[in-house]
Amino acid sequence: MTTVEDVVGTKIDAGPGDIEAERGYVLHWCEATENANPLYWDHEVAEALSGGWIAPPSMLSVWMRPLMFDPRRKEPIRPLELHFRLKDAFELPDGIVASNTITFHEPVRMGDRVTTRQTVTDISEERTNRLGTGRSWTIDVTYANQRGEVVGVETYEMFGYRKP
Amino acid sequence: VSALLEQVAVGLELPPLVVPVTAKTVVMGASASRDWQPQHHDYAWATKRAGTPDIFLNTPNQAGWIERFITDWTGPKGRLGKLRFKMRKPVCPGDELHFNGTVTGVADGWVDIDIALTVGDTTVTECTARVAVPSDADDNPWARTGSEWRP
Repeated sequence: MTTVEDVVGTKIDAGPGDIEAERGYVLHWCEATENANPLYWDHEVAEALSGGWIAPPSMLSVWMRPLMFDPRRKEPIRPLELHFRLKDAFELPDGIVASNTITFHEPVRMGDRVTTRQTVTDISEERTNRLGTGRSWTIDVTYANQRGEVVGVETYEMFGYRKP
Repeated sequence: VSALLEQVAVGLELPPLVVPVTAKTVVMGASASRDWQPQHHDYAWATKRAGTPDIFLNTPNQAGWIERFITDWTGPKGRLGKLRFKMRKPVCPGDELHFNGTVTGVADGWVDIDIALTVGDTTVTECTARVAVPSDADDNPWARTGSEWRP
């Protein structure tokens, strides 16, 4: 049986993301949020302020999500793998993000390949709320670029549960 | 045009934003964030398995809308340092999503903002944000790096 002590401090180096930061996704992001910030539309503004095209900071997690299909891969990769491993370990089929904190550091530039490290920092004992019975846990995800610079840190507070 | 720190004071309210949420809003947000969890595109799964009224906005897309709400006000020199948000209710097609923000702190080049996303009388997401705003017309928060950038 998996215990709290087994998983707190567990780390995964998820390695580099499947895609590198690129303009098509930035424009798709701006399209989806109707974001007219000239930093992402006007190259002169981007050159003057950030030394070239960058991605909106809130796109951080986009760069770590795996492709849904890759012919070179035998097993699919799950985004935020540690979360799914905890759900499996405690046999909790459902999960929600209760809160999310994102700290932004160096901007993500076009062509960057972002690497992530996930760490379980906290996990509760089993409890019951309106969703069902399960556990809360906290996962930190540190994002770094290929130059070794931290581009951001995300903290997810999750609740994994089974319905009554 | 970008907001300057000297123009910002505690209690200042950001220009509100209203987003009529449709299925396209939800699905495009999921696609742009490369998130193919079924509750963000599959109505049957969302309603029968997740037990929500419909498909709903995902976490990163909400972060994207919040960033857009903030930088609509700051202009392009505004640089996001930190976002913390809690989602209390799902945001679904048919919802009219209102963004309201109030400045709660101004210090050392940073502006702290409390943001509420509401549908009708219900707060669906609560957020606190920290954004760097230029101190004068020549200042550029995007140029800060290393020890100059401590969000």
